[in-house]
Amino acid sequence: MTDTLPEAEIGRARRRKEDGRLITGRTLWTDNIQLPGMLYIAFLRSPMAHARITRVDTSAAKTQPGVVAVFSGQDLADEQGSLPCAWPVTEDIVIPDHPPMAVGTVRYVGEAVACVVATDRYKAADALDAIEIDYEPLPAVLDMNEALAEGATPVHEGGNRSFTWQFGTGDVDAAFRDAPVVIERTYVQQRLIPSAMEPRAVVAQTDGDTYTVHSATQIPHVLRVMLAATTGIPEHKLRVVAPDVGGGFGSKLQVTAEEVLALLITKRLGRPVKWTESRSEGNLTVHHGRDQIQRISLAASADGVLRGVKVDLLADMGAYLMLVTPGIPLLGAFMYTGVYKMDAYDFTCTGVFTTKMPTDAYRGAGRPEATYAIERAMDELAHEIGVDPLEIRRRNWIKHEEFPYATAGGLTYDSGNYEAATDRALALFGYDKLRAEQSDRRDRNDSVQLGIGVSTYTEMCGLAPSRVLGSLRYGAGGWEHATVRMLPTGKVEVVTGTSPHGQGHETAWSQIVADALGVPFEDVAVLHGDTASAPRGMDTYGSRSLVVGGIAVLQACEKVKENARQVAAHLLECSPDDLEFTGGAFRVRGTGAAKTIQEVALATFAAHNLPDGFEPQLDAGSTFDPEAFSFPHGTHLCAIEVDTETGESKIRSYVAVDDIGNVVNPLIVEGQVHGGIAQGIAQALYEEAVYDTDGNLLTTTMADYLIPSAADLPDFTTDRTVTPATSNPLGVKGVGEAGTIASTPAVVNAIVDALSPYGIRDVAMPCTPERVWRAIQGGTS
Amino acid sequence: MIPATFEYVRPTTVEEAAQILRNAAGDDVKLLAGGQSLLPLLRLRLAYPAALIDIGRIDELRGVRDEPDHVYIAAMTTHDEVVKSAVVQEQCPLVALATAQVADPAVRHRGTFGGSMAHADPAGDLPAVALALDMTFVVLSADGTREIPAAEFFVDYLETALEPGEILLGAKVPKLGPGWGFHYEKFHRTAQAWAIVGVAAAVKRDNGTISEGRIALTNMGTVPVRAFAAERRLPGVPITNGYGELREAVSVAAEGTDPPTDLHGRPDYRRHLAVVLTERAVRQAAV
Repeated sequence: MTDTLPEAEIGRARRRKEDGRLITGRTLWTDNIQLPGMLYIAFLRSPMAHARITRVDTSAAKTQPGVVAVFSGQDLADEQGSLPCAWPVTEDIVIPDHPPMAVGTVRYVGEAVACVVATDRYKAADALDAIEIDYEPLPAVLDMNEALAEGATPVHEGGNRSFTWQFGTGDVDAAFRDAPVVIERTYVQQRLIPSAMEPRAVVAQTDGDTYTVHSATQIPHVLRVMLAATTGIPEHKLRVVAPDVGGGFGSKLQVTAEEVLALLITKRLGRPVKWTESRSEGNLTVHHGRDQIQRISLAASADGVLRGVKVDLLADMGAYLMLVTPGIPLLGAFMYTGVYKMDAYDFTCTGVFTTKMPTDAYRGAGRPEATYAIERAMDELAHEIGVDPLEIRRRNWIKHEEFPYATAGGLTYDSGNYEAATDRALALFGYDKLRAEQSDRRDRNDSVQLGIGVSTYTEMCGLAPSRVLGSLRYGAGGWEHATVRMLPTGKVEVVTGTSPHGQGHETAWSQIVADALGVPFEDVAVLHGDTASAPRGMDTYGSRSLVVGGIAVLQACEKVKENARQVAAHLLECSPDDLEFTGGAFRVRGTGAAKTIQEVALATFAAHNLPDGFEPQLDAGSTFDPEAFSFPHGTHLCAIEVDTETGESKIRSYVAVDDIGNVVNPLIVEGQVHGGIAQGIAQALYEEAVYDTDGNLLTTTMADYLIPSAADLPDFTTDRTVTPATSNPLGVKGVGEAGTIASTPAVVNAIVDALSPYGIRDVAMPCTPERVWRAIQGGTS
Repeated sequence: MIPATFEYVRPTTVEEAAQILRNAAGDDVKLLAGGQSLLPLLRLRLAYPAALIDIGRIDELRGVRDEPDHVYIAAMTTHDEVVKSAVVQEQCPLVALATAQVADPAVRHRGTFGGSMAHADPAGDLPAVALALDMTFVVLSADGTREIPAAEFFVDYLETALEPGEILLGAKVPKLGPGWGFHYEKFHRTAQAWAIVGVAAAVKRDNGTISEGRIALTNMGTVPVRAFAAERRLPGVPITNGYGELREAVSVAAEGTDPPTDLHGRPDYRRHLAVVLTERAVRQAAV
């Protein structure tokens, strides 16, 4: 036994264990599954935004080659139930019935109205043409303000207002009364389409008694509960598996019509069924993100010190409420105060029904919207009183020594150091030099103008303390579970309730276990995503996996270690208190005697010589329910060149300094930060779901819905400051959404800064070349 | 999406392909080249051909030949082969410059020179190049071969002068001789996206001024368009760093165009871009 301790695993830039199989695709993606006798489902989708279904005739389709069955919504009306909404945000919220296949009325283009089940996917698709459906058109409802107006066509019988949710602290009227400076702005969060690399797919099968659903989902555990509730199949007879899943960004945090219907159809036919969406089908029917109109007001003193903030939000629910649709704006409700101090805050959100695809979680979920509004408005305040955008932030942010700090947004931020992150970002960015160049270009009236954008963001993540979720009327808790098993040969199996779909949990959890139990990184395997092998979990979303699930892994390891200590003490004939655990071995203090954890594992397996009454196993589970959210923060700086002749915006440099506390794997963090920034830039410059005036989605392909690739993005300069979270034993904060939350306002602030000499103070997102060019044409240069 | 059912044949000679095409007279058959435009149309069920004739394995339809007064590019030469061809780079660099900007590497490895021309998408990059360089298309028809000048080849949106039963064999790209400079200016929102507007420019320099210029525009109408009005004003324009005279000359670049409207640009914006980009393309070509 060597006395040299192995290098700590936590903090090491380990390459990801799972990447070999994920990158080559040599793994179990749902669409790779082939089962004997498998049938394929194809959906006929509504071509109308809003219509009454007056006739459905599936008889011709049933006679097409290879067709085994055809179902309309009416055919399954008695058993298809209603897709669940788990977040009734107010007592009087209107939650309309949401049949997986439309019955009687369609309410958005793409809504499933019928399906064909055939022996191969080509025959299924061909037979769709033979289904006859007559529609009686109803007016499309597309604009939220019009939807709420008197006499608007109701999307549902209850009208177009789903709920109004209010929150406030302090006396906001007093804050605004006689305020020397008041800024009022309206921002539009355009509708976005989540575009995971792997399309949605589901395979359902049954042996006549029990059911198994494989789905490209982020939430196998939640899905199991919800499928049981929706279909009436008892939970213990239903197994849900999320095999390897290729990304989600929130879009697979859902209980979809297709999952419910696949399960019901396999129940009806007794044969395995598969459905895999096409990209165009996905653009239509993956739940969309954002789509809010934000009215934000700031009250400040003459020198720009904030007194209060008011927010009035309209949130487009789309045609139905899906799993957490109404809760998304609430996740932003507490973040409109950002990193700033103020006396009062008032927030009102109204959820509105329209005849469009329902919205729901999309990377950041509520927090990018909030951060955008406050960070854009702070720039307006700076402009109004004539100070640098960084100076206005310094005058208002919470100082390092003031943490923990109870915000006007109703949260207590445990830790933070906005000064340090900003100083580091400025040093990397060369702020003063870029300001000088900007001034020079303005003086020369250069056709290419330079803009500098700032975003000092924070966010709440690590969903979530169960008590908080309860107080917000969410239908479940926010804990996470892990079980750690010592195998006889000393290897370790971790069973996690998180459900990775690209995040690298197998690697990060291995690093946590390696340090906690002193075993080699390579000796740890991580099991996830299958309710048969990992029965307890709350899955992966909201930057929760490490800060909740990772802590559960750590706590389970501690329990295993304590069990092993009992056995080691027995074997070494000493008191457990005499043992210290270092380098993977229990050592008797002051002597050379030791037992490695692997030796203890084998001895426990043999069970020949264990303490009296000791159960022959070391395994342990732990369920962690966080006391608080984690609050990553940081400063992002963006320099953009705007070609005033074409309207094109080109990011010249981008600096991100994030504070996510301690880091388990810097490489994984870097990947999250890069991807997050890219996705935020995408909202600022590229992506928008566009419906025409009849409610047809125009952006059904990637030629119309533009997603930037590496070729379109600049190099990112990234760095970190480390202010450990005090709310968990690893001192970690979530990082999955931070980049997306931070980057959108940094980019748009930079564009507006570049165009400021033209009298332009806003450009609607995405800031396309055409929009920027038109703004310049209409400007007052 | 999943295409509807179709027949598939893969001849190995041009004669065989022509025979199959003639026999299919009346049926809706399509030639399959690199498939980068046709397959998406099939998958979206915007096209329902009864049969595809895959001409991807016909060796005589591939390659670049250096002829005395022109470069011959066979129809099934892939974009990637065109870009990497030393003959193309040296003798007709505009073709290489524009082809290097077609879509992305994956598409360029499958998509073909002739397929792109025969598909005749006005947003495609190569039709404008064909127009600017006065290429001549060589076509196999029922009674031998015939030649179609580029100016007559692009008839309407996705429509060419090719008759049913005809196969595009390749194109002759005239050698312009010394003194010419070239540039293809493509304006698009993401690297893989179609051009909102593109400008192919060939400029002959003579003693510090432009003596002749040819300009063709991508995506400014249902077919690629020559900007003749601007071309006529180019001779005599000095090649300097300033924008004055050149800007004046190309201000008519969008004259006679009828640009489309879509999510990426309305017609007035495209007309404006055509002028700005023409100026840039000509400057780049002239230096």
